[in-house]
Amino acid sequence: MATGVAAWLPFARAAAIGWMPVANCPMPNAPGDNSKRQDELIILNISGRRFQTWRTTLDRYPDTLLGSTEKDFFYNEETKEYFFDRDPDAFRSILNFYRTGKLHYPRHECISAYDEELTFFGIIPEIIGDCCYEEYKDRKRENLERLQDDQEEIKDMKLPNMSFRETMWRAFENPHTSTMALVFYYVTGFFIAISVITNVVETVPCGSTFNQKDMPCGERYTVAFFCIDTACVMIFTVEYLLRLFAAPSRYRFMRSVMSIIDVVAILPYYIGLVMTNNEDVSGAFVTLRVFRVFRIFKFSRHSQGLRILGYTLKSCASELGFLLFSLTMAIIIFATVMFYAEKGSSSTKFTSIPASFWYTIVTMTTLGYGDMVPKTIAGKIFGSICSLSGVLVIALPVPVIVSNFSRIYHQNQRADKRRAQKKTRMARIRIAKSGSANAFLQSKRNGMLSELLELTGKDEEEQKSMSLLESQHHHLLHCLEKTTAHEFVDEQMYEQNFLEMALQTFPSHSPSTASHDSPAVTCCSRKERRNTPLPSADLPPPHPSSAHQSTLQELSTIRIHCGDPLLHSTSRSNLNMKPDDSCRINSKSGRITTAIISLPTPPALPSDGDGLHRPPKRRSHPPTGHPVAPSIQTTASSAGINIVKVSAL
Amino acid sequence: MLNSIWETEGLQTVGIVVLVFASIKLLHLLGLISFSEDSVEDELELSTVRHRPEGLEQLEAQTRFSRKELQILYRGFKNECPSGVVNEETFKDIYSQFFPQGDASTYAHFLFNAFDTDHNGSVSFEDFVMGLSILLRGTVQEKLIWAFNLYDINKDGYISKEEMLDIMKAIYDMMGKCTYPVLKEETPRQHVEIFFQKMDKNKDGVVTIDEFIDSCQNDENIMRSMHLFENVL
Repeated sequence: MATGVAAWLPFARAAAIGWMPVANCPMPNAPGDNSKRQDELIILNISGRRFQTWRTTLDRYPDTLLGSTEKDFFYNEETKEYFFDRDPDAFRSILNFYRTGKLHYPRHECISAYDEELTFFGIIPEIIGDCCYEEYKDRKRENLERLQDDQEEIKDMKLPNMSFRETMWRAFENPHTSTMALVFYYVTGFFIAISVITNVVETVPCGSTFNQKDMPCGERYTVAFFCIDTACVMIFTVEYLLRLFAAPSRYRFMRSVMSIIDVVAILPYYIGLVMTNNEDVSGAFVTLRVFRVFRIFKFSRHSQGLRILGYTLKSCASELGFLLFSLTMAIIIFATVMFYAEKGSSSTKFTSIPASFWYTIVTMTTLGYGDMVPKTIAGKIFGSICSLSGVLVIALPVPVIVSNFSRIYHQNQRADKRRAQKKTRMARIRIAKSGSANAFLQSKRNGMLSELLELTGKDEEEQKSMSLLESQHHHLLHCLEKTTAHEFVDEQMYEQNFLEMALQTFPSHSPSTASHDSPAVTCCSRKERRNTPLPSADLPPPHPSSAHQSTLQELSTIRIHCGDPLLHSTSRSNLNMKPDDSCRINSKSGRITTAIISLPTPPALPSDGDGLHRPPKRRSHPPTGHPVAPSIQTTASSAGINIVKVSAL
Repeated sequence: MLNSIWETEGLQTVGIVVLVFASIKLLHLLGLISFSEDSVEDELELSTVRHRPEGLEQLEAQTRFSRKELQILYRGFKNECPSGVVNEETFKDIYSQFFPQGDASTYAHFLFNAFDTDHNGSVSFEDFVMGLSILLRGTVQEKLIWAFNLYDINKDGYISKEEMLDIMKAIYDMMGKCTYPVLKEETPRQHVEIFFQKMDKNKDGVVTIDEFIDSCQNDENIMRSMHLFENVL
């Protein structure tokens, strides 16, 4: 329901007069404004602070507390006001929502308090306006994380019935939970350090022996280093296997980064064991030893900071990539220039452009090793330009890039967040919106049922459950349906119809041939309201073969095809069905138009048998006379109409 | 000797590069070329149009609404459009909210033109209330004339088939896609045919205002439906 623009509903309805001359069928009656209340001021007393507003303002959103009859629970008879014992500051934004249709989130408000207020007043937070939605979601997420931190502490408490495996996993993940875990933690840390140090010391030249050249320690004390290496690797292997055993999801554990690092750290040793003294692959073997340095990354389990650094680099990867790209461009440009400038001089080091790369990089980063220097004048000029621009290219944008990083990074995150939130937001809003569209379809069925009930003499004093606003809106949509002689259906029905049309095996004539009939037929065959106030129910009968009915109280048009889908929706109307009622399909020249079911009311069908061939005038008969006259008259015109009797539902 | 040749060549390169940059700069100074992609012109900030309607008494005299009704109407109007005028976009927006299933923008466009009697591109409260006065409180004759004006898109006094087709398509657009029976391409055209058969008495392909009013007055349905919305306010 277009509640935000409820004030414009009278305008929309007035504008519907533009459809009237175009329509071929009579319009349904307007819902009566029974209680023609004057618009009154409502006083809302929120913990002493009084707010006043029009009743119609609050009625705009009938599914909230203030818009529905729920607020009557809070009515104070003596002071003639509605008293709520809630926070008056938060109430301001809630009342503004009714006034403007936009819900704002006041920044100074605590997020959980605000949430509670919204829940109390029955407003879903998803309709917070775009201006405040992001802030709201951010604060909510922060709050959630804070709550999660609290929960983490709870998590560390040992639950009574944890299996041995779970205990072990907990010990691995949170070392401070038990002493054993702590011991294990320190032991592994110690061995990682030992392993890294041995790798480093291995290559240091120890003092010279009687051989002339200095040997690295690794070759002097081979056995010792081998023992230390073996010990470390054994510890790491045991640790890895234990973690693998304890992991709740082994597959996920094996795919995680830390376990890959573990594997890479210990693998070279085993490979080395396997292929000892094989001269061919010793080169590759040496390379493998390099991977032993990955053991240092095992420290990241022990250090939070390292993890954060890795994460930051990963997330800034795109910005760094762009920086690298622009640097590369500058390097190539200057290298080319320097090469061509230095081409003339003899014994130049700038033998090729790639060779000039080295000079350019060294100059631009202001390193200036001095192993390559230009000798020509042009070379020197360009060399100085290169170094100056190097300063600018590298030094100047770095702070800008850094601040841009954080800004762009957060913006991207925000865009991703917004995209992620958007889907759920839109889904909820769509549900509410389709609720309104469905509300119309629902009300049609309900309306038919309630009219049926009315006519059977049950004095239902029940008010329609929907507000006047909604009923007026539905009346407007109904008029549109009448004007165009088409009905609104919901998605699935539409798709079904679509499929049926495609699958029809009957030689269906396109509407253009039975052109005049179809709008008139479908339209006028749906005259369901009781037109008692009308003196003469006149349907423009352009063609005698049109199906029409007398005062039918209830009609549902069903599409008879395999299984009546609409049946479920009109199942309530089956309540008063007589079993032997007939629904007839009126098919003109083989085309199935509609099947019309009449729902009888207790008085028996007056003339069921010859209803088929009644002449058209019958319709002018009954509106005033009969309480009910439910049968359908289908005028059989000439040959060419096949009337198929289908047994009742 | 080769070196000196290369040295001079190197210097020549420098010279040429300097010359090229200088000429570019000169052209830029002369304004023949511009470097920035988007010419940054300060757009004139359109001052927000603010409109205050005439006094309550005048409006009461000009329309058939009572004071209270005018108050209610104005409150709703001003709530939606704080600046006091509606432009076409807002109009389309508002109208589309009543028809969630279809596309009401074309019809809203026609409606906007019908309400904007002085054709200044915006509907002020006076236009709004005058239109409503005719629609809700006017005689049937006035309502029919209003409807004729709505259909007559180019305001030439005749409704041609093309105009009617446009209007019809706009109305059918509001139904949207999910209708029963399924909307076909020819449905609006057929509807226009029916309309013309009914209205165009002398079969000259256009409907004049007299033909229109005559035919409508002879049609009971239409006459009855004209009274439908009388209790709207």
